[in-house]
Amino acid sequence: MENREIVLSVKDLNVRYTADRGEVQAVTNVSFDIHKGEFFGLAGESGCGKSTVAFSIMQLLKGAARIAGGSIQFNGRNVLAFTKEELRTFRWEKSSMVLQSAMNNLNPVVTIGSQLMDAILAHEALPRRAAQERARELLKLVNIDPARIKAYPHELSGGMRQRVVIAMALALRPDLVIFDEPTTALDVVVQYNIIRRIQELKRRMGFSVLFITHDLPLMLEMCDRIAIMYAGRMAEIAPVERLLEGGAHPYTRGLLQAFPSLVGPRKELRGIPGSVPDLITPPAGCLFYERCAHRQEDCLLAPPALEDLGGGHSCACRHMLSKEVG
Amino acid sequence: MENAAVKFDHVKKYFGKRQGLFGKTSLKAVDDVSFEIQKGEILAVVGESGCGKSTMAKMLCKVYEPTEGSIYVNGMDVTGHTKKKEVKRFRKEVQMIFQDPFGSLNPAHKVSHIVGRAVELHYPELTRAQVRERVVELFETVGLTPAADFMEKHPNQLSGGQRQRIVIARALAVKPSILVADEPTSMLDVSIGIDIMNLMIDLQKKEGLTYLYITHNLASARYMADRMVVMYAGSCVEQGSTDGIIESPLHPYTVLLLSSTPEPFREEKLEIHAAEDLPDLTGDMNQCPFSGRCPRASDRCRREKPGTYIIGDRQVKCFLYEHAKEGDGPLVDVSIYQGKEL
Repeated sequence: MENREIVLSVKDLNVRYTADRGEVQAVTNVSFDIHKGEFFGLAGESGCGKSTVAFSIMQLLKGAARIAGGSIQFNGRNVLAFTKEELRTFRWEKSSMVLQSAMNNLNPVVTIGSQLMDAILAHEALPRRAAQERARELLKLVNIDPARIKAYPHELSGGMRQRVVIAMALALRPDLVIFDEPTTALDVVVQYNIIRRIQELKRRMGFSVLFITHDLPLMLEMCDRIAIMYAGRMAEIAPVERLLEGGAHPYTRGLLQAFPSLVGPRKELRGIPGSVPDLITPPAGCLFYERCAHRQEDCLLAPPALEDLGGGHSCACRHMLSKEVG
Repeated sequence: MENAAVKFDHVKKYFGKRQGLFGKTSLKAVDDVSFEIQKGEILAVVGESGCGKSTMAKMLCKVYEPTEGSIYVNGMDVTGHTKKKEVKRFRKEVQMIFQDPFGSLNPAHKVSHIVGRAVELHYPELTRAQVRERVVELFETVGLTPAADFMEKHPNQLSGGQRQRIVIARALAVKPSILVADEPTSMLDVSIGIDIMNLMIDLQKKEGLTYLYITHNLASARYMADRMVVMYAGSCVEQGSTDGIIESPLHPYTVLLLSSTPEPFREEKLEIHAAEDLPDLTGDMNQCPFSGRCPRASDRCRREKPGTYIIGDRQVKCFLYEHAKEGDGPLVDVSIYQGKEL
């Protein structure tokens, strides 16, 4: 894994939001790499900063948000230093994004075919007929009958619309596709269908995926590696196999143990007590300290740094858990 | 039968739906559903959006009246009693926990007022001090301790999990025997949601409460309930013990639902491509609602509605099981969906 080409490299990313009471430290010192062809998951509970990271990569942060430090390298080039024109090319051609309710963001008065063609023609000088041919191919790719190219969004089911959006994201063959909760609003059968489709397309087209969700079981089924964020910081990055053994960070362990399962004995589960600290005035030590069952005095010194454990696994905790600890 | 806290007896709910300029058809949200919940039992109802599970919850809460059939609560037929007094008496028995703890609490009031108001309305004989005492007790019951730390707060000062506890406290204020919980944890983070489920289970054990627990998540149904009902397109396609259904689903739809649910610890991985077209709920229902998507559907499934076949403790609405006997296993497995694009 480590020898593979790196597509996206985020280093010490810091994002701040201006609020009335002060600055929200939404993302602090977040670093991770995504390799070519990798299915990389970014997990965490609401407010942990996972979507902010995605928006930073696409340079879509607006208003009160600003990047306060760090770098984002895409194929070796600094995204944060892109000119307006470079950014235009970067978005969609190099890296595209599918949002949670994207299926509801299709223009209701334009056929899906023309919306697909718009995306293509905005970036490539093609004759309309060639663009239409591409749009048909794209629909086929996501398993929608190309004859439906003249359909309006309301004529399609939610799952089909979400697949149209995925087709759109793939229209220019990007190197990285970011999915931000792409199936959260959909039923499980539809979700299953879409996830399998994404995996198949990834295999065929070779793009990398940054997949964001709070649904850990889903992520464990589909990703190669998963990063877990807590309170704006990276808690742990680990290959899926390592997480299935429990993970090394107490927060990861807590999350994994809070999901009811369909298999194995029915046992009582416990949530993680307490709540996320205020990110305007965060505590000086580890941000998980208050909720941690394994805390010790030295945890209060400073937030622990992400430590590389080899094999694509890293963890930010002074008292990492071994596999045996229940 | 007499012990049943809740009984749905061939309940139907049709909604009028306009079609074209003049035509009118009905949307069969719930079509001939029967089940019982014993006293002190948690029954889970699972299914995807549009399957009718929330309509069932609303009928049990008397938000809707059934189009046909009867609903019994603690042995009494509650269908059709719509006088204000009757409804109020009924509400002392059945209370609801909503999905969205952000939208179901009035932001203008303190949470002690929100819970206290429910006590006042149903127990007008209590003095103010007694109401307050009862509110403190309710806060402690739902784990908001010490109560004094929470009483004076407004909903927006509480986290999602704490708000959901207030919603539960408010429901408990009238001392109901039955709680209807419609996706009570789906808006909460898992580490918070699991504790809400634990609280509900605690209340079931300590106070003997009966639950109708509605969810789209099979794993949470298994965690909460001993028995479950699987709904598809308004129809109850399968019911029985949660463990039994999850270990060996009988109905082709249950098989599909179960294998689509992410479960990283499951051994076998499935390659299925099921289509997602929602069933038409307006058509004539002289067919199995799942027949359009079912790889095992025969002509008969498209002409005739399957009855309910009983196999041991399991009930299943599928012709495949017409002649099945107790102890017979599933007649379909996930391989029927292998590589299929329905």
